Amino acid sequence: MSFNKLKQTVLGLIAVSLLLVSGVVSAGYGDTLNLIEGVTPTSQKVYELHMIILYIVTIIGIAVFGVMCWSIYHHRKSRGVTPATFHHSTAAEITWTIIPILILVAMAIPATKTLIFMEKTGDAEMTLKVTGYQWKWKYDYMEEGISFFSALHPDHNEVRKQGSGLDPNSVDNYLLDVDNPIVLPINTKIRIVTTAADVIHAWWVPALGWKRDAIPGFINDNWTYIEEPGVYRGQCAELCGRDHGFMPIVINAVSKEEYVAWVEEKKAEQEAAAASASKTFTKDELMSKGEQIYGTQCVACHQGEGQGIEGMFPALVNSAITTGPAADHIDIVLNGKNLMPAFKEQLNDADLAAVITFERNKWGNYESTTGNGHTDVVQPADIKAAR
Amino acid sequence: MSEAVIHDHDSHDDHHDHKPTGIGRWLFSTNHKDIGTMYLVFALIMFFIGGAMAMVIRLELFQPGMQYVDPQFFNSMTTVHALVMIFGALMPAGVGLANWMIPIMIGAPDMAMPRMNNMSFWILPFAFTLLLSTFFMAGGAPAGGWTMYPPLVLQLDHGFPFLIFAVHFLGISSIMGAINIIATVFNMRAPGMTFMRLPLFVWTWIITAFLLIASMPVLAGAVTMLLTDKYFGTAFFNAAGGGDPVMFQHVFWFFGHPEVYILVLPSFGVISQIIPTFSRKPLFGYASMVYATASIAFLSFFVWAHHMFTVGMPLTGELFFMYATMSIAVPTGVKIFNWMATMWKGAMTFETPMLFAIGVLFMFSIGGFSGLMMGITPVDFQYHDTYFIVAHFHYVIVPGIIFGIIGGVYFWLPKWTGHMYDETLGKWHFWLSTISVNILFFPMHFVGLAGMPRRIPDYNVQFTDWNQIISLGGFAFGLSQLIFVWVIIKCVRGGEKATDQVWEGAHGLEWTLPSPPPFHSFTTPPQVTDATAHS
Repeated sequence: MSFNKLKQTVLGLIAVSLLLVSGVVSAGYGDTLNLIEGVTPTSQKVYELHMIILYIVTIIGIAVFGVMCWSIYHHRKSRGVTPATFHHSTAAEITWTIIPILILVAMAIPATKTLIFMEKTGDAEMTLKVTGYQWKWKYDYMEEGISFFSALHPDHNEVRKQGSGLDPNSVDNYLLDVDNPIVLPINTKIRIVTTAADVIHAWWVPALGWKRDAIPGFINDNWTYIEEPGVYRGQCAELCGRDHGFMPIVINAVSKEEYVAWVEEKKAEQEAAAASASKTFTKDELMSKGEQIYGTQCVACHQGEGQGIEGMFPALVNSAITTGPAADHIDIVLNGKNLMPAFKEQLNDADLAAVITFERNKWGNYESTTGNGHTDVVQPADIKAAR
Repeated sequence: MSEAVIHDHDSHDDHHDHKPTGIGRWLFSTNHKDIGTMYLVFALIMFFIGGAMAMVIRLELFQPGMQYVDPQFFNSMTTVHALVMIFGALMPAGVGLANWMIPIMIGAPDMAMPRMNNMSFWILPFAFTLLLSTFFMAGGAPAGGWTMYPPLVLQLDHGFPFLIFAVHFLGISSIMGAINIIATVFNMRAPGMTFMRLPLFVWTWIITAFLLIASMPVLAGAVTMLLTDKYFGTAFFNAAGGGDPVMFQHVFWFFGHPEVYILVLPSFGVISQIIPTFSRKPLFGYASMVYATASIAFLSFFVWAHHMFTVGMPLTGELFFMYATMSIAVPTGVKIFNWMATMWKGAMTFETPMLFAIGVLFMFSIGGFSGLMMGITPVDFQYHDTYFIVAHFHYVIVPGIIFGIIGGVYFWLPKWTGHMYDETLGKWHFWLSTISVNILFFPMHFVGLAGMPRRIPDYNVQFTDWNQIISLGGFAFGLSQLIFVWVIIKCVRGGEKATDQVWEGAHGLEWTLPSPPPFHSFTTPPQVTDATAHS
């Protein structure tokens, strides 16, 4: 192919790709192109600042690229020009040092104002503590005493498994839905403190206008003021291990009255859970509850059939832990080991008893050890004693 | 040693251009040209290994849902892709160009410390064997990101010490390379080759070498602390023992930001040679180019925390790092404007090296603009750790740095081999790379702004269309690089004979040597005057 033909092909390709982009935009993908404005005073200030800077750099870009293209077109040897010989100009060099400095100062002023605004964390009406875990979030409502974990919705967890054969379009908000959403009141200044239990995570809901790292052993201070009721979704933004992509955040922002009602309901739920810790359950009760907990807490590593992943996550089928003494099993689940997280803060006694019972009976683990004195049922009282 | 012996040795080389033969020529080489060639070939191999990992990443991200790899392996791919590309492809390519060109640009017979030169190259294959062997170990390859943030990196199993020692080796290699370059330029310039007559490529490399010496030991210190935290009970980065995981990030980025300039400055140097040559006009503002490069290098030590605005710093810290980051735009702008002014009223032709250099001007600027946007702290809280940053640094690295290096290879290939490369294939390589690299990286700005975090193996369905376009761009870019290999092999094997000057507008000592230059060149130093100095 001659070079002229190549040039034509290139121009054709550029035209096609421009058409493609404009087609994508006009087909209603506008919301996948830019930052969202969000629903807080901060997010709106950030959005405005983003647009100002975007316009400034676009204008500079057009000017600089325009001059370059003009020069490339006109100052070609093939047009028979003779090259000039100049090699410096103090005036020009001073000009293109001073002008960028002025533009930068103009950009720094609104940026500084916004940053100062964002750092005013005082006068909050309530505090939400966010703790990152591998790979879920724990939320503590400091004033109300409410505390719960929030992980990827179990349906999504099924879909996202390798080779699940399930279509991500079959669930709503794929990978952006959780089992327990956060409920927050609108028109309330909320202090949000972030920290982590194991590795560094980052808590990010784009509609709030910021993200902040959750660092083990340290607490970061932030605030928000949501102006519109709605559901706002986000994700962990700092690489935190295997399932970093699978720990979403969902905020359900409601009116203050609805929030108060939710708080009452949640408190009653927690009291019922506390009461169950001193109860004795039947094996069937423990098994069905355990299966549910296994599906949210354990399946990511130990896999659906307890087979684990070779070289990384041990199998639970016929393993020394699941077929050995119950005390060792309880110990490793409570306190963790290497990559295995410690669950003693994450689950209550009843849940731990259920999931351990489930693991000790499922996949033929009980049958393979019948007659060896293998304990098949673990009760909340056993967990309490081991803590 | 007696005069007679030296004389005898010299005349021997001059008359026969004696080359060692066989594998020993390469294993025991002390010749800057051979070592330069080995660096460049090594970099090319690592470019394809790192590229293959990028292809795995783009394959998995072609559609939502997990199709091909486990999330842990996906994380290994992103982590090792970065380590291989930065330490295996970009840095050795830059050192390879320096090894080949600096002695013949300044009129020196070889590098100042030829044996150390051999060692600094041969460390690399061992270091990468250590690193890549972790794929076959229990716990797999590093998967905590190339930035190795604790505590996550400490969860790596058997691969951990291999990662740490690989980084140590790479650091030793780089420091030795840097010392050698400084010693060569400071001591072995030909008579009349004053500092302000050095070709700009040599200047950018002196500054890069100082950056390496100042920053690599910091990285070595940081990873050593990781090692003792994991195995020897220290708690540098563990809050429970009085340490701080964020301190690692401060130390790492104190290395990491100068590292960005270690990668980019040699590429700036290359295009500062190419643009005047094909514009047939001297470089505009030589002195201000030198000062701008030095200012960028100096400022690069005061901006590190812009990589970590979201860790929760005091307001004053955030303001300081925002202003310092924005200020880097000024000397960088000066460089872009100087290159434009060099082209202005020249008589340009557009051979492949010039095309790649112009590609750098356009696309590095795009990376510069997004960099400026991210320097604005309050909006960086939104951009941070999304595909917007992935778009930014890939614009800087691929069409910024890699295009510069590729341009340099096309520029000097006729000098190295004595043959002209295939110009038509070169132009195909440029145009296919340029189109595909933009299809690959431009849409990343969109998905990043729309809320797609980086380093995730699966995503919400709203990002599907852009990710498919990005992946197709990625595959096209990967395939286009095979043309480059083809051009190089073809050129080494034969082709139109290159003249000594090669390019009509080329000036400088390297173009006074035959193409290819003799195995030992400038054994008698040339005399440099203003007329024969840099273009």
